[in-house]
Amino acid sequence: MSEKMATRQAYGEVLLELGENDKNIVVLDADLSKSTMTTHFAEKYPDRFFNMGISEQNLFGVAAGLAHSGKTVFASTFAMFAAGRGFEIIRNSIGYTKANVKICATHAGVTVGEDGGSHQAIEDIALMRIIPGMTVISPSDGMSARMLIREAASLTGPVYVRLGRSAVPGIHEENSDVQIGKGICVIDGSDYTVIATGVMVNEAMIAAKALAGEGISLRVIDIHTIKPIDKEIIIKAANETKGIVTAEEHTIFGGLGSAVSEVVVKNCPVKMAFVGIQDTFGESGKPAELLVKYGLTADDIAKAVRSL
Amino acid sequence: MSIDFEKLKKIACDVRIDIIKETYHAGSGHPGGSLSAADILTVLYFHEMNIDPNDPKMEGRDKFVLSKGHATPVLYATLAHRGFFSNEELITFRKLGSMLQGHPDMKKVPGVEMSTGSLGQGFSSSVGMAMANKLNQSPARIYALLGDGELQEGIIWEAAMASAHYKLDNLTAIIDWNGLQIDGKNDEVMTVTPIDEKFKSFGFHVINIDGHNMKEIVNALMEARETKGKPTAIIAKTSKGKGVCFMEDNAGWHGKAPNDEEAKSAVTELGGEW
Repeated sequence: MSEKMATRQAYGEVLLELGENDKNIVVLDADLSKSTMTTHFAEKYPDRFFNMGISEQNLFGVAAGLAHSGKTVFASTFAMFAAGRGFEIIRNSIGYTKANVKICATHAGVTVGEDGGSHQAIEDIALMRIIPGMTVISPSDGMSARMLIREAASLTGPVYVRLGRSAVPGIHEENSDVQIGKGICVIDGSDYTVIATGVMVNEAMIAAKALAGEGISLRVIDIHTIKPIDKEIIIKAANETKGIVTAEEHTIFGGLGSAVSEVVVKNCPVKMAFVGIQDTFGESGKPAELLVKYGLTADDIAKAVRSL
Repeated sequence: MSIDFEKLKKIACDVRIDIIKETYHAGSGHPGGSLSAADILTVLYFHEMNIDPNDPKMEGRDKFVLSKGHATPVLYATLAHRGFFSNEELITFRKLGSMLQGHPDMKKVPGVEMSTGSLGQGFSSSVGMAMANKLNQSPARIYALLGDGELQEGIIWEAAMASAHYKLDNLTAIIDWNGLQIDGKNDEVMTVTPIDEKFKSFGFHVINIDGHNMKEIVNALMEARETKGKPTAIIAKTSKGKGVCFMEDNAGWHGKAPNDEEAKSAVTELGGEW
């Protein structure tokens, strides 16, 4: 297993590598470079780093202008201020124009922790996936984040990458087959399937071990790309197992659960359950405490599986 | 180089006639704020900018961004007259399948540098374009046309702050100050004045002109080019609906198409054939 690290840390590291290989890459931030980890790029390539100040609307408008001048643009801030505050600029200036901008948004979900509900973006996947042509990525660990961001840089067009604040256990290896648009079966199983994204992949893997003790064979899929979603792996799971649980550190409305349901309902109706944040906002607390309070643990996943 | 101002005036007049025809055929659109900007766009496209209609993506070209994106009639008419596409396209404006969308779409129209319409965003993208030119050490210039009502958008001031911070002397913002917006006078809806002092305090070189005086427009753009170390804002005092007596200074013509009789009267007044 690869090392434990925050996906934002992996982002900061891979940006350095990308910046060295491609002089066309520019990076923008909105006064959060020390938290989003773009600070490393800023130190090494100051000429290609632009701090836009606390102006997220302009951050994305400027990103579009740079992209349409031939640059590959990485634009970063917290997920709340990217997908949330920046939504309409991203929709019209980046999405509508197919601008080559990689929105790498950190501090997503309730695992932001102590900053509380105002800063916990639990609707960013939904907001980004409804924009036509937007690729939406939500890596589960540092290694896959690195590989997916590398691939995103080579794609032309808008990409949203959801990154976390807290360190997460390593799941994938250097030689793992991680590709945008392809789900990864991290544990094979034949009774039920959990399709998880982000920090919930590790929780699903823990749930699989617990359920194995009860004689339930659980398949766990890391669906790091929410859009375009890997229909094939979902349909296969629906055909080969008795039901699907989706697990995401995000509202149950409009995110991964909805994306998987859209595939299941049309192609292969099967019983489903949704692990995610209910119709509520987050609050201050330690990340681990919040995962428990909002029903985002391995126990909650195991319960959902048993309910099918 | 002597400038043929009479020729520029004639072109602006033809552009105005086409603005009336476009909105008449579409049955909708924004004639008022298009007519107010016709002289400015004429000077930009027929005098100021380094562009090639036969090579709309020419390397090193100057770029114009219509940040007040609803003024598509004036942009399309100017691009057509400059030869980016045929004048015959103009009557397809706002119709299903036309490249001439209600608001500019850079993916569809040759010569349109940025899709705009949601106010404030075009200026923000212009800042990005100017930053890219600086990075590439390109002498090419970026021009953005802003509405006065548009100045009420917060992103304008975010973008203005960034323009001065990054010393974008290759960026010129032109404010089409016709004093009116959909709901009435700026001063009654949301005061935007003093516009010049606002831009000055944000770090711009500011030039006040009569936006219908070709010579003043030409000179202001030259002054902007010669200004180093800071962006320039040209505050162009204009009349909404300029050139058509019953539309002038009337907010009612912000987003309304002329009917048969009105279109005929407007085109005739502008010296065109109906």
